[in-house]
Amino acid sequence: MSVLRPLDKQPGLNTATILLVGTEDALLQQLADSMLKEDCASELKVHLARSLPLPSNVNRPRIDLIVFVVNLHSKYSLRNVEESLRHVDATFFLGKVGFLATGAGRESHCSIHRNTVVRLAHTYRSPLLFCDLEVEGFRATVAQRLVRMLQICAGHVPGVSALNLLSLLRSSENPALEDL
Amino acid sequence: MDSYDTPESTPRHSASSKLKDYFIGATPLQKRLESVRKQTSFIPTPPRRKIPQCSQLQEDNDPQKVAFLLNKQWTLYSLTPLYKFSYTNLKEYSRLLSAFIAAEKQKGLAVEVGEDFNIKVTFSTLLGMKGTQRDPEAFLVQILSKSQLPSENREHKVLWTGWFCCIFGDSLLETVSEDFTCVPLFLANGAETNTAIVGTWFQKTFDCYFSPLAINAFNLSWMAAMWTACKMDQYMAATEFLWSVPCSPQSLDISYAIHPEDAKALWDSVHKTPGEVTQEEVDLFMDCLYSHFHRHFKIHLSATRLVRVSTSVASAHTDGKIKILCHKYLIGVLAYLTELAIFQID
Repeated sequence: MSVLRPLDKQPGLNTATILLVGTEDALLQQLADSMLKEDCASELKVHLARSLPLPSNVNRPRIDLIVFVVNLHSKYSLRNVEESLRHVDATFFLGKVGFLATGAGRESHCSIHRNTVVRLAHTYRSPLLFCDLEVEGFRATVAQRLVRMLQICAGHVPGVSALNLLSLLRSSENPALEDL
Repeated sequence: MDSYDTPESTPRHSASSKLKDYFIGATPLQKRLESVRKQTSFIPTPPRRKIPQCSQLQEDNDPQKVAFLLNKQWTLYSLTPLYKFSYTNLKEYSRLLSAFIAAEKQKGLAVEVGEDFNIKVTFSTLLGMKGTQRDPEAFLVQILSKSQLPSENREHKVLWTGWFCCIFGDSLLETVSEDFTCVPLFLANGAETNTAIVGTWFQKTFDCYFSPLAINAFNLSWMAAMWTACKMDQYMAATEFLWSVPCSPQSLDISYAIHPEDAKALWDSVHKTPGEVTQEEVDLFMDCLYSHFHRHFKIHLSATRLVRVSTSVASAHTDGKIKILCHKYLIGVLAYLTELAIFQID
C-alpha cells in the first residue's frame, strides 16, 4: 500500500504524470513550472513530494516517471532521498526512475561529493542528470529532457519503451563515466 | 574448458592487478584515460587518507624557526608550477621584487597613506617543510619595512609574509617536466594589496597562475575528522563548528562547541581502521553530531552549510583561511591542503 508500483493503476488517456521527490521546495516548484511550459503533445501532470511514502488518501493518477532531486549543498536532501527510495517498488527501476543532482556549479558550497550521487545512481541502475536548477537556462534544458523522458515512460512515443531508453542511456554513459 | 581458462586467466589477473596498482598512484587524468581505454565503468572507490603523523623530515626542522608560521591566519591560494625558478637566484629575485614593489607603489596603485618607509624584500628557503625527499623546498617571501630613523637598532617590521610549499605532491610532480618547480600551495598573511602585487610579479616572471583556494563543506568535515583523530597531549582549545543557514533576509549562523576530549571519545568510538580515515567514518562522525543537535534543538544541521571548523590542531574557514595551532601536525595539515590545491589546479 505504501509502496509505489508502476502498473497498479490504469493509465489516463493521453496523460503523462511525473513525480518529483526532493527537499528543496522552491527548486522543485521552479522545475515543475519549466516543465509545464514545454510544448508537449500529451497532457503533462507534475506532482511534487518532499519524501515518500505518499499519503494514501489522495486520488492520484498512475505515475510514469519518478525523479529524485538531490541538492549537493545539503546532506539532508541525500538522506531524505535514500529514505524515500525504500518506498519504491523494484519494478519501477526498469527505466521509470531518474536522479537529478543540483548545485554542482557552486563547488565551494558542496557538502556531498559528486561520486556519492554517482554511486547511488549506479546502485539503482538509473540515469543521473546534473543540472543547476537555480540557473534559468540550465533548468529549461533539463525540463526539456525530462519531458521527453516522461513521454517515453508513459508510452506515448511509438517504438521506444522506458527500458529501451534506459539501456540506451547506460551504454552511452559507461565508457565515459565521470569520475573524480 | 580448462584449456580456455588457463591462458586467459593469467593475463587477465595480471592486467587487473596492474590496473589496481595503476589506479592507486594515478592522476585523475590518467584514471579517466584508463577507464575509457578499457571500456569499464570506473566507479571510484571512496578515498582513504592517513591520519597526520609526525613525519621523519619534520624532526629535522627546528621548532623555533617555524614558530612564526603557527598561530597566524593564512589566506590560501593554489599555484600552478613555476617555470624556470631556481633556488640559487633568491637574492636576484628579492632585488627584482623590491624594485617592482617600489615601482608599483610609486604608480599609486597600492594606496598606503602616510607610509613612506623603504621596502625590503627577502626570499629564504624553509628547510624541512616537505613530505618526501622528492618535494621541492618550501620558500618564504617577506616584505619588511626599513625604518628611516637613523637610530642604531633599525628594526625591520614585517609587513607581509607569504610562503610556498609542496607536501606529498607526488601526483603533480610526476606530470611536470624538469623546467618546472611545483609548489602548489601558497599561504599569505598581510595586506591584500601586497598579496596582489607579489602575485602579479610571480605571474609575470614565472608564467604561473594564482587562484584563491576555497574549502568546501565536504573537505571541512574531512578536516574536522582528521584533526580530531590526532593524538594530543593537551588540548588548547575547544572543538568548534560554525554553520551558515541560508535564509532571507540575513543568513543565520549556528555555532556548536564541544569539549575536545568528548570529540576525541566520539571519534574513537567511530574509528575502525587504525592509522587511516575512511569516508564512512567521517560521515558517521558528522552524523552523530548532527543527530545530537537535532535531538536537542530540532534543527537539521545537515541541511545547512558548514563554514568553519576549529580544533586544537588547526582551524579552517571556507573562504580559504587557515590557522595552524599545533607544531606537531603542521606537515599533516599542509599535506591535506596541498592535496586540495593540486586538485584545484588539475
